[in-house]
Amino acid sequence: MTPQLEIAITAVIVSSACALLGVFLVLRKMAMMTDAIAHTILLGIVMAFFFTESLNSPFLIIGAAIIGLLTVYLTELLQRTKLMAEDSAIGIVFPFLFSIAIILISRYAANVHLDVDSVLLGELAFVPFDRFIVFGRDIGARAIYIMGTILLIDLLYVALFYKELKLVTFDALLASVLGFSPILIHYSLMGLVSITAVGAFEAVGSILVIAFMVGPPVSAYMLTDKLRNMLIFSILIGLINAIIGYQISVFFDVSIAGSIAAFTGITFLAIFIFAPKRGMVTMIYTRRVQRIDYGVNSLLFHLYNHEDTNMEEEESNINSINQHLHWDKRFLEKILKKVVSSRYVVLSKGYLKLTPEGREHTIKSFK
Amino acid sequence: MQKYLIEAEDMTVAYDKKPVLWDIDLKIPKGILMAIVGPNGAGKSTLIKAMLNIIRPISGKVLFNGCDYQSQRQYIGYVPQRGSVDWDFPTSIFDVVLMGTYGQMGWIKRPGRKQKEKAMDAIKKVGMEEFAHRQISQLSGGQQQRVFLARALVQDADIYFMDEPFQGVDAKTEKAIIVILKELRSKGKTVIAVHHDLQTVKEYFDWVTLLNTKIIKYGEVDEVFTAENLKLTYGNIS
Repeated sequence: MTPQLEIAITAVIVSSACALLGVFLVLRKMAMMTDAIAHTILLGIVMAFFFTESLNSPFLIIGAAIIGLLTVYLTELLQRTKLMAEDSAIGIVFPFLFSIAIILISRYAANVHLDVDSVLLGELAFVPFDRFIVFGRDIGARAIYIMGTILLIDLLYVALFYKELKLVTFDALLASVLGFSPILIHYSLMGLVSITAVGAFEAVGSILVIAFMVGPPVSAYMLTDKLRNMLIFSILIGLINAIIGYQISVFFDVSIAGSIAAFTGITFLAIFIFAPKRGMVTMIYTRRVQRIDYGVNSLLFHLYNHEDTNMEEEESNINSINQHLHWDKRFLEKILKKVVSSRYVVLSKGYLKLTPEGREHTIKSFK
Repeated sequence: MQKYLIEAEDMTVAYDKKPVLWDIDLKIPKGILMAIVGPNGAGKSTLIKAMLNIIRPISGKVLFNGCDYQSQRQYIGYVPQRGSVDWDFPTSIFDVVLMGTYGQMGWIKRPGRKQKEKAMDAIKKVGMEEFAHRQISQLSGGQQQRVFLARALVQDADIYFMDEPFQGVDAKTEKAIIVILKELRSKGKTVIAVHHDLQTVKEYFDWVTLLNTKIIKYGEVDEVFTAENLKLTYGNIS
């Protein structure tokens, strides 16, 4: 395997794992909690590092998971006092735990790889340097195996507990009445988010983890109204972002994680504008169509109402009809074009007359 | 001595210092429709949630058929307030109704054909089959309530707790809901609902609980639902 391929594979795995769990975080409106966890887990890593004196120990992941859960717990504890909202509680807990980690690193671990810059920004380019060696044989970059395992666990968790995750996320009250503990699901999910964030954060850094966890799910949300599809789309979008983002970074010779995160933003923007059902273009187009439909129907009604009355001459005069309808000339012209081309109305000697089709259409749309 | 279906004893609930519910004693027989009525902040929703173990009371206990809640859970259905969920959630009406069957399945297992048929039957019963596979964000208030009711029906419970089932629904839906509630009663089920409209208590319900932190009175509508008791519950409105 070439180093380039190893980097690309790691990026794809990290991106997919984050995109998968991110769906539930976005639906549970917990995006900011992810940001907090992605930072505070550093404290778990530092403490586990002091304990084991190794940067490759699985205790690092366990330590991170524990601190991740502690972050969630402390935030909820503060929130439950009803003295502050959730975002304020995160604003207290997150910097508190994170700053302890920063102080510990700068005081005791100045000489190891755990420096503040690499924690905040990560570096995918270093992935190929750290090898996984089994029985003296080099079988590839360590990050691929670690992140691969984490992705597998995430996939297994979502596949097994899909029903429970869906129920708890949609209606926690009913879940609790039916015997599916929302707390259990909540904390197991947040535990996995912490573990995924540890893996992701070595590669992409704690600042960008949030882009990987939130970008693809919100993009997917614009494209579908089924949870299952949202999960699939989210992973696919994460995957595409990783592959294209990596190519961009190679082309411009810039930060890999930065390029992927930037491309995540571009994907979202494109989907936000062009999504088939909820995109801005569709919305604007739908509004236009509705406006014209409304105009056509109003004009037809107007003509129908005054047909064969002594007001007909006055009310169907092309030069004054816009005043009766309170329309400006330009809108009237647009609507006239439409009704004439649909053969609902004919124009003769400056007067508008309903055709039989126009009459039928008017009666039908009135019903 | 008559055996009661639900018995609450000395139940007190407090969020902060002030109690929300104070010393609740209730004995509810089987096969009735009971309204819980009281002013805003009287603790009506809290009473339901405390009986369902969603909120821990600081004292007291509730028994269903003489047993604790955990062992009787499968016989108890719940319809939360419509506003308690996110109606923009990416899911269809059919999926929401199907959630009612999850309780009988337990962890990990997935709904099969039997559950799906049951969900579809319930959707037909509330007159929503036309919309079954539509996304829930397009529903009106009345339709949302019908979906919740269908979900409760598939739970196949003996006791139903409903939090404001008539809130924000049109007259037609209200009629449809009450028909279903009466049908449940005729099958020997018990329904306990938080209710707001004092005008319809006599028409819709057999029993009523007048609540204002404490229980003012409870029992059969004809005996309990009097002007004098309402004054005790709501205070002097004039």
